[in-house]
Amino acid sequence: MLTIKNLHARVEEKQILNGLNLDVKPGEVHAIMGPNGSGKSTLASVLAGREEYEVLDGTVTFNGVDLLELSPEDRARAGIFLAFQYPVEIPGVSNANFLKTAVNEVRKSKGLEPYDSKDFLAVMKEKMKLVEMDKQMTTRSVNEGFSGGEKKRNEIFQMAMLEPQLAIMDETDSGLDIDALRIVSNGVNALRDGKRSFIVITHYQRLLDYIVPDFVHVLYKGRIVKSGTKELALELEEKGYDWIKEEVEA
Amino acid sequence: MIAEIKKEAVETFKRLGFPSTKNEEWKYFNVQQILPDQPVFSAAPARLSASDLTPCMIAGNNVHLLVFENGIYRADLSSTGAIENLVIGPISSLKENQTFKNNFGKVVSFGTEPFVALNTAVDHEGVFIHVPANAVIGKTIHILHVNTNEQSDHITSIRNLIVAEKQAAISIVESYHALNKQCNGLINVVNEIVVHESARVELCKAQLDSDAASQINFTQTIQEKNSTFDTVTVTLNGRLTRNNLHIKLNDTNCTAHLFGLYILDGEQLTDNHTLVDHAMPNCFSNELYKGVIGGKASGVFNGKIFVRKDAQKTNAYQSNKNILLSDDATMNTKPQLEIFADDVKCTHGATTGQLDEEALFYLRARGIGEKSARTLLNIAFVADVLNNIKSDELRETLQQKAEAKLMQ
Ligand SMILES: Nc1ncnc2c1ncn2[C@@H]1O[C@H](COP(=O)(O)OP(=O)(O)OP(=O)(O)O)[C@@H](O)[C@H]1O
Ligand SMILES: [Mg+2]
Repeated sequence: MLTIKNLHARVEEKQILNGLNLDVKPGEVHAIMGPNGSGKSTLASVLAGREEYEVLDGTVTFNGVDLLELSPEDRARAGIFLAFQYPVEIPGVSNANFLKTAVNEVRKSKGLEPYDSKDFLAVMKEKMKLVEMDKQMTTRSVNEGFSGGEKKRNEIFQMAMLEPQLAIMDETDSGLDIDALRIVSNGVNALRDGKRSFIVITHYQRLLDYIVPDFVHVLYKGRIVKSGTKELALELEEKGYDWIKEEVEA
Repeated sequence: MIAEIKKEAVETFKRLGFPSTKNEEWKYFNVQQILPDQPVFSAAPARLSASDLTPCMIAGNNVHLLVFENGIYRADLSSTGAIENLVIGPISSLKENQTFKNNFGKVVSFGTEPFVALNTAVDHEGVFIHVPANAVIGKTIHILHVNTNEQSDHITSIRNLIVAEKQAAISIVESYHALNKQCNGLINVVNEIVVHESARVELCKAQLDSDAASQINFTQTIQEKNSTFDTVTVTLNGRLTRNNLHIKLNDTNCTAHLFGLYILDGEQLTDNHTLVDHAMPNCFSNELYKGVIGGKASGVFNGKIFVRKDAQKTNAYQSNKNILLSDDATMNTKPQLEIFADDVKCTHGATTGQLDEEALFYLRARGIGEKSARTLLNIAFVADVLNNIKSDELRETLQQKAEAKLMQ
């Protein structure tokens, strides 16, 4: 589904990704861990098409298409979804209006009829249940005044509405209380259908107890320096990153 | 009396002349660009028909309607109905009304205002409204101006006087339209508004004339005890537009809301000069002006707040926010606060920037195309001005017009 080869990228003259390789097949869940500043969010941003991030070398193909050629909106329409580490507040744009516009643009790109208000409301209701989201959140402006946890929950709600093929979740677990973590994880698990893939960026092994990954990768200095199964996350939890850094520097 | 005022206005205008950009108040508004060599003050011939009005009925059809073509009252196109007690009509037919005589030229002072002096000196037409005590007028009054003049040397002078007596309430829409894109000339408007004790006046100005026409609009209010004046000024069209909005809070416990929106492109210029004069204690004023400026257009905001020494416990808020859509768009904003009382709450702020790139990326990352995303953000930006228009029909119409302009 997604193949990243030898990806080099920089932002503002600073090279951050240094030859990153990753292969995600349909239905797989890949966890990406790594110390602060190692380039995890940068990878997510490059995949989502953030323009400040300049790709210097390497390729990214998504279902056979050169992803790097696409605008952010075309990537979203092609089925890529990024749950932001820091969701943006947009005063004056209601959550419901925003989502309706987004869902209908994505549907249009697939040659589907846009939802009318009634259908849209029905779909929204169903997906709100999935993440146990309060109804009044949909009438409020996008993320405006939302608590940290509410913002993260809103990201997963949007993901459920847009039904992407590949969801990239950037530290969706940070800032969530214990109950919210369970709710959000259940929401994600409900969206696991054997075809949809996930890249889950996290600092905490705990999330991976809920969303069980097929692979765990360690990103360090802009490269994936170690890959393993979920046991690797446990090992990292116990030992930290020093031993990996030593392995890499050696 | 009125004859004397006119005579004085002639003298004043002769003394003042048209302002140059050396005059600090007219620094960004170059009158020379729009002044004809030989101004013509008589109106162009009438050619407006009832069907032309359809797109101008921005507040819906259920209104008391007064139509003016090139400043001339069109009784045949107007419908004020019989409104008990309310005196309403073109000033040309109400000159002998005692309230008119008592108030005309008394609210506004033209001593330093050349265009007010000019407006007072020459033949002018407009609306006189006298709302008697305790009368609450349910229907909106729509003063609808259509420009059908294609001669650039015309100066049209419009003069309105509104007097709301004790505990009266009225809502007025003042809108400007053009028959077609070629219509031009300069419209010079003066509004005098008296809001007596516990009365409430709402005024929405919609400037939708052609982009070849210019307007200078001077609105002066005087508010008495416990009164409220709410106003929204929406400028979408017009070449050069100058709005002077002067609010005088002349007694205790007055409230004034001033909202403004300008969406400009091409070579448009809109210059909003506002003055909120807190003369007495315990009054509240809130002002929010927002602009979206593209092309080579420019915006000017000059917001003065005076808090005089007696005006203790004043609450005065002012904010001006702008988005520039292009490198050639400009905005000059200048808040001026002069506070002579010590127990007051006063805040002001001004921002001018680009569209929020983070928000833009967020929307695009959800599949919304760049153009739609920009429009969505711009519409959101202007919403908190338009939301203050109380009439649903008017608000929705102006929202649509604003959206249409933002989508271009
Ligand atoms: N726009 C930017 N301008 C300058 N430096 C940037 C920019 N974005 C990221 N960086 C730098 O790139 C490096 C990698 O950042 P990134 O956000 O990808 O790290 P991360 O792995 O997600 O870290 P964390 O775990 O703290 O979220 C950091 O040193 C960061 O300061
Ligand atoms: Mg990060």
